[in-house]
Amino acid sequence: MSILLDGNTKVLVQGITGREGSFHAEQMQQLGTKVVAGTSPGKGGTQHLGVPVFNTVAEAVAATGATASGIFVPAPFAADAIMEAAAAGVTLIVCITEGIPIQDMIRVKDFLRGYPQARLIGANCPGLITPGHAKIGIIPQRITSEGAVGLVSRSGTLTYEVASALTAAGMGQSTIVGIGGDPVLGLTFRDVVELFEKDLATTHLVLIGEIGGSDEEHAAELLAKGTRLKAVAFISGRTAPEGKRMGHAGAIISGNRGTAKSKEEAYRRAGVAVAETTDEIVGLLR
Amino acid sequence: MKLLEYQAKEVLASLGIPIPPGVVARTPDEAAAAVEKLGPVAVKAQVPVGGRGKAGGIRLARTAEEARKAAQQIIGMDIKGFKVPLVYCEAALEIEREIYLGFTVDRDARANILMLSAKGGMEIEQVAEESPDAIARLYPNPWRGPLDFELAALVYEAGLGELARPLTAVIKKLARAIPEYDALTAEINPLVVTKGGDVIAGDAKLEIDDNAAWRHKDLEQKYGSVLEGDPYEVEAKKRGLTYVSLDGDIGIIGNGAGLCMGTLDLVQRAGGKPANFCDIGGGAKAEVVENALAVILMNPKVKGVLINVFGGITRGDEVAKGVVTARDNLKMKLPLVVRMSGTREEEGREILKQNGIEPGVSGWESAKKIVELSSPLVGKSSAKPRDSA
Repeated sequence: MSILLDGNTKVLVQGITGREGSFHAEQMQQLGTKVVAGTSPGKGGTQHLGVPVFNTVAEAVAATGATASGIFVPAPFAADAIMEAAAAGVTLIVCITEGIPIQDMIRVKDFLRGYPQARLIGANCPGLITPGHAKIGIIPQRITSEGAVGLVSRSGTLTYEVASALTAAGMGQSTIVGIGGDPVLGLTFRDVVELFEKDLATTHLVLIGEIGGSDEEHAAELLAKGTRLKAVAFISGRTAPEGKRMGHAGAIISGNRGTAKSKEEAYRRAGVAVAETTDEIVGLLR
Repeated sequence: MKLLEYQAKEVLASLGIPIPPGVVARTPDEAAAAVEKLGPVAVKAQVPVGGRGKAGGIRLARTAEEARKAAQQIIGMDIKGFKVPLVYCEAALEIEREIYLGFTVDRDARANILMLSAKGGMEIEQVAEESPDAIARLYPNPWRGPLDFELAALVYEAGLGELARPLTAVIKKLARAIPEYDALTAEINPLVVTKGGDVIAGDAKLEIDDNAAWRHKDLEQKYGSVLEGDPYEVEAKKRGLTYVSLDGDIGIIGNGAGLCMGTLDLVQRAGGKPANFCDIGGGAKAEVVENALAVILMNPKVKGVLINVFGGITRGDEVAKGVVTARDNLKMKLPLVVRMSGTREEEGREILKQNGIEPGVSGWESAKKIVELSSPLVGKSSAKPRDSA
């Protein structure tokens, strides 16, 4: 069992003929992901990595029945790619692309209200992986293993760090979801926690957050209502100076919410153990 | 990109929002000339941070001599880490009342929000906290912008009905900064109603989304180089890096904002002080790593460098090649700890070993290692046991 993605999910890759799209589509295939199609405008009718390439997502969906999509197109075209996928009926849209203008994403969020069945992960995220079965995105499968820990994270590279530590400690993962660090994104911590709560194969939960925004606080509010999951949280950026923008993470500290302290306190109030370094997570989860 | 006040006002004026007459002065003489042209002026420090008034960065000048003195004192002043490059001399307004008008991205709602309050001119955060109802809010549709009736409702909700006509016009123009300039924040506080009944922008803040810079190359060219800022940050920007200067002595390179911030946390925990935040992002190539290292080594305070890279898109072999080339090209002698894993990590580690760089084990072990390796070099004269401090 897992959330969102398993070995039967039919996946298409938008931007499959590009450098990153091609490299990672192949990695996805190696894990066993059912990659059924790719899109690349102007290259419709060709084959790439053994799958048919289409000009549009609608054609790809009609021909292959794909229900999920991984987006690897450059930032100026990524917002349109997300909306194209939703309009074509794709229900799981995973956008890896970083650097999408925030106003583009705000328009995307508004557009997606017309497609309530479409779930967006990202953008600017590493995607998701159900270890041993399937992945959409760029999480290296070597560092993951099958198991019962649900992992949800705002940071790409910290996700790998923690997955790697869990795997080394013999604690496999049900699904790992990198939701991305942009200020305007798709699924939130809270959304993903709700999914893990319903997945009986998941018994443990790790939440990797960052300073900025109040998504961690919202997830903590949900967990405070009661959970069957044994949960551990970590917040990155506790020593970051206030008011300094730390790159594309959108990590701007504003008001009381959004600070590492606010987030850690919210988790503690919810009965969630808080790790001070990523090395402590495994111990607290046992 | 955060625009300076005079730049933000130029943008507002291009949208049709009234601004007071003003001139930019880079020297005290230019400030004196401004008074001769405009009459009494406010001499305002141009820095991209709030709180400049409290820091002594705004002075009223009635005469040319007063303006000269004010400019002398303000230009070159340090306000929250920014050296004031120039002042903006603006004609003083006959103020009847002050209104707050702002737009920002509401992260929680994942939407734009327009805010209007009759209680302008003072700390708006304080108003928001103490009497949130005094701020009227509108979430405009991001595709078509606010409609006239929505703006009218906003104005009435703010208790500013008697100014409905001029205010809706100004708000509508401000809202155009969202699609036309990819604004993340645009704020007019105060929006001044003059004794003559005109509505004019008294101050202006405007932040443009860096992710959308490719859509606004003209703005970057026009305004990008005015602010001197931190020399390492300026150099990093030229090289296309995400870099923030901090005041410690251990250089940090990481990929991904989360891991990079986590690495700062680890170094601090290990007793060290990071000199910077430098995120080389996904898909980091050899030349990007070299660029990052070159910028960090420009800083003479740096006594050691920790590179922490965990790969998804980023490939270990490329990082390793970049590190070795950079170290050799830059003739780097300082301690260097490289911790990497992820895609093609074995190849990467092998390259490091072949070139005499020991790969670090975990993030925490590597942080302790770099703190240990660089500590004998840190401030020798003041080196003393911690508990005696």
